[in-house]
Amino acid sequence: MSEKKMMLGNAAIARGVWEAGAKVSSAYPGTPSTEISEELVKYPGVYAEWAPNEKVAAEVAIGASISGVRSFCTMKMVGLNVAADPLYSFSYIGCNGGLVAVVADDPGLYSSQNEQDTRMVCRAAAIPCMEPADSQEAKDYIKYAYEISEKFDTPVIVRTTTRLAHSQCEVELCEREEIPDKPYERDIQKHVMMPGMAKKRHVVVEQRMKDLAEYANTAPFNKVEMGDMTLDGKKVGFITEGIAYQYVKEVCPNASILKLGMCHPLPKKLIEDFASKVDVLYIFEELEPVVEEQVKSWGISCIGKEIFTIQGEYSANMIREKVLGMDLGIKAAPQIPPRPPILCPGCPHRATFSVLSKLKIHAAGDIGCYTLGALAPLSVVDTTVCMGSSISSLHGMEKAKGHDYIKNWVAVIGDSTFMHTGINSLINMFYNQSHGTVIILDNRTTGMTGHQDHPATGKTLSGEIVPAVDFTKLCNGIGITNVHEVNPFDLDALTKVIKEEVNKDELSVIIAKAPCALLKDQKHPYKVEPVPEKCVHCGACLRPGCPALTKREDGSIAIDKTMCNGCGLCMSLCKFGALQQVKA
Amino acid sequence: METKNIMIVGVGGQGTLLTSRILGGVMENAGYQVKVSEVHGMAQRGGSVVTFVRYGDNVAEPIVEEGQADVLIAFEKLEAMRYANFLKKDGVLIVNDWRIDPISVVMGAAKYPENIIENLEKEYKVYRIDAMDEALRLGNSRVFNNVVLGLAARHMDFTREEWLKVIEEKVPPKTVEINTKAFLVGYEK
Repeated sequence: MSEKKMMLGNAAIARGVWEAGAKVSSAYPGTPSTEISEELVKYPGVYAEWAPNEKVAAEVAIGASISGVRSFCTMKMVGLNVAADPLYSFSYIGCNGGLVAVVADDPGLYSSQNEQDTRMVCRAAAIPCMEPADSQEAKDYIKYAYEISEKFDTPVIVRTTTRLAHSQCEVELCEREEIPDKPYERDIQKHVMMPGMAKKRHVVVEQRMKDLAEYANTAPFNKVEMGDMTLDGKKVGFITEGIAYQYVKEVCPNASILKLGMCHPLPKKLIEDFASKVDVLYIFEELEPVVEEQVKSWGISCIGKEIFTIQGEYSANMIREKVLGMDLGIKAAPQIPPRPPILCPGCPHRATFSVLSKLKIHAAGDIGCYTLGALAPLSVVDTTVCMGSSISSLHGMEKAKGHDYIKNWVAVIGDSTFMHTGINSLINMFYNQSHGTVIILDNRTTGMTGHQDHPATGKTLSGEIVPAVDFTKLCNGIGITNVHEVNPFDLDALTKVIKEEVNKDELSVIIAKAPCALLKDQKHPYKVEPVPEKCVHCGACLRPGCPALTKREDGSIAIDKTMCNGCGLCMSLCKFGALQQVKA
Repeated sequence: METKNIMIVGVGGQGTLLTSRILGGVMENAGYQVKVSEVHGMAQRGGSVVTFVRYGDNVAEPIVEEGQADVLIAFEKLEAMRYANFLKKDGVLIVNDWRIDPISVVMGAAKYPENIIENLEKEYKVYRIDAMDEALRLGNSRVFNNVVLGLAARHMDFTREEWLKVIEEKVPPKTVEINTKAFLVGYEK
C-alpha cells in the first residue's frame, strides 16, 4: 500500500511538482500561495527560489522551459497581473519542457486587495486553466497539467483558492517521475515574438485552444456523476468546479454533477450532453460567471449568478438556502467589538507610524503588514493600491500639485515590497526630479506572508547565505545621495530626519531599519512594566495602539506580560517614568 | 458515522494552527476521513482567527458553518462569544477564561463585554478553564493551548493515549514533556 499523508493544498501542490519531475521553480511569496515554495524547496532534485517579483519568477520558469526542463512558478492572483506580460506572450511561444503556474485566488478577501478571478486572465491569454477541489486533486492536477503543457505546447495555469490552499486532507504519495531533459533547438519562429512571428503563432494558439476544448470532452478530470436527485419532480444538475464542488457534494450527494477539472477551455459537447439529461441546471462557481456566461452563450438554460453571489466564498449553506429553499434558522452573530488584524507588539512599523502620526504626516502606503497603519489609532497610511505603488503615487501627487503640497507626505514601503517593484518607482522619482521622501520600512523580512527572505536579507529560499542588496548603496548607485539609515525606535533621531527631509528640495530616502519582532532569531530580553505610582493617566503610551497595553477602569495601565516584546516604544512615549524595562 | 465538526477560535498568534494539527492527527490515526481548514496571512496578525476540523466516514466540505459545530474550542472569551452561534443545539463550548482586548477596547472606543462566560452558560453547555494560569504554573505560558485542548479532549471520542501519541509527534521535540503535562492538566480537570 502506498503512503498517505495529511497535507495542505499548498503542500500537495509542491509534492505534485516534485513527483512530476520539475527541476526549476521560482516565485514571490503571496497569501495564499506562499507555502508551495516553502514545501517544494525541501525536495531533492528541484531548484526552488524566491524571486524579487512574480514577473521575474515567471520569466525564470520560461527560461527553464525553453531550455528543456519541466519548470514551475507560483503566485497569488494579484501577482499574476505583475507576471501577465511574460505569460501572455509565452502562451504564443508554447513550451519545450512543460511549464505550470499555480495562481491562488482569494474569494472572501482573507488577505488581498481585490477579488479578481484568475480564470478571466486565462481566457484572455489563451492559457488552459485547471482547478482542483482538494489536496489529492491538487497534486494529481499538477501532473495532468504538465502532460497537457507538453502535449499541447502551452503553459498551463492551475488555479487554487484560499480555502483549497489552506485546507488539509489525506493525500496518496507517489514516487518522482524522472523526466529526461529535452534538447534545446534554436527556433526563432517559435521563440522570438516579433510581429511577423507572433501573427503566425496566434493562429497556432487559436487552433491549440480548439484542440484542447475537444480533448476536454473526454479528459479524465472533467467528470460526470449522474444521480437521481429531483426538486418538484425535476431532475437537478450542477456544473461546478474547485472547492465549490465540495459544497454541492455536502448538501446534494445524490445530485447529478458535472465537475470541471479544467475550466478553460470548456468541454462544449460534454456540457451540452449533461444539460440535456437534467431539467434544472445550476452553475455553482465562486467569483465571476466564467462558465455560466459561456454556457448561456450556447443557448443552454441555466441558473447561476441570479441566485449565487459574485462576491466572497461559497458554502454548503448557500445551496441549502438558495437551491433547497431551507430556512436554516441561523442565530444572528452577536454585536461585539470586531477584532481586525493589528501590528504585533514590538513591531518597528508602530514606532515609525507613531512619529509620522505625531508630525501629522500623510503616508502613501503599500502592500505589507504596514498597510495596517491605515487603521486607528495610528491612521497614518492614506492610500494602498498595489505592490510598489506608494513611491510612484507620491511622485504623481507632487507632479499634480507641486512640491509644497507633499511636504506633509511621505511614501512608506517595506523592504521586500521595495525589492519587488518599489525600485522602479524610485528610479522614476530620481529621473523625473522628484523632491519626495521615501521611507523604506526595513524589517529584514517579508512579514505579512510569514517571514520569507528576499534579495536584501542575504539568505535564499534554501537557506543559503548570499551577499545582500545594500539599500544605501543601491540608492547611491541610482544617483540618490540623500539617504539616511535610522533605527525607528530612536524616536528623536527619526523625528529629526523626517522633519528635515520632507522640507528639503531634494529626493530623500530614509531607511527605518529594525527587525520584525517575530523573526525567529530575535531575542526579547526585556519586558516593560508599569510603575503605577508615577502614572498620571495621560494615555500617551496607548496612542500607538500596542495590543499588549490596556487601560484599566481606573485609568491606570496594565501590560500583558505574555504579549509584550519589550521594544520600549511605550516607555519612550511616557514623560513621567511610569513605565520601566525589566528583565524578561 | 455522521460527520463531526470541531472549531478552534482565538486571536492570531495564539497557536490555533498547532491545535488543529494535533486534532487532525488524532482523527486520522483513528481511521477517519479528516479535513482541516486554516487561516494564514493577514488575520494571523492579532485578528480573529478560526480553524475548522471535520471528521467522519465521508467528509466533503472543509468548513463548519453556523449551527453545526459539535465542539467549539475558544482560546479567548470574546472569540467564544463571536462564534458561539456556530454551535449545534447540544454542542459543547470549551473556553479559556482569558481576555485579550481588541484595539477598539484598548483605545477606549468600545467596551469589552462583561460576564461573557456566565451569559454563554445560559445558552450553551460551557466548560471553562483558566489555561494561562495553569500554563504559567508549568513554567511556560505558550503551552496554554494544550491545557485547553486537554479539557476539550474529554468531550471527544478518543483515548488519552491516542492524544498523547500525536502531541509527541506534532510539538517541537524539546517541548514534548511540558506540552504533555499541559494537556494532562486540562484532561484531568
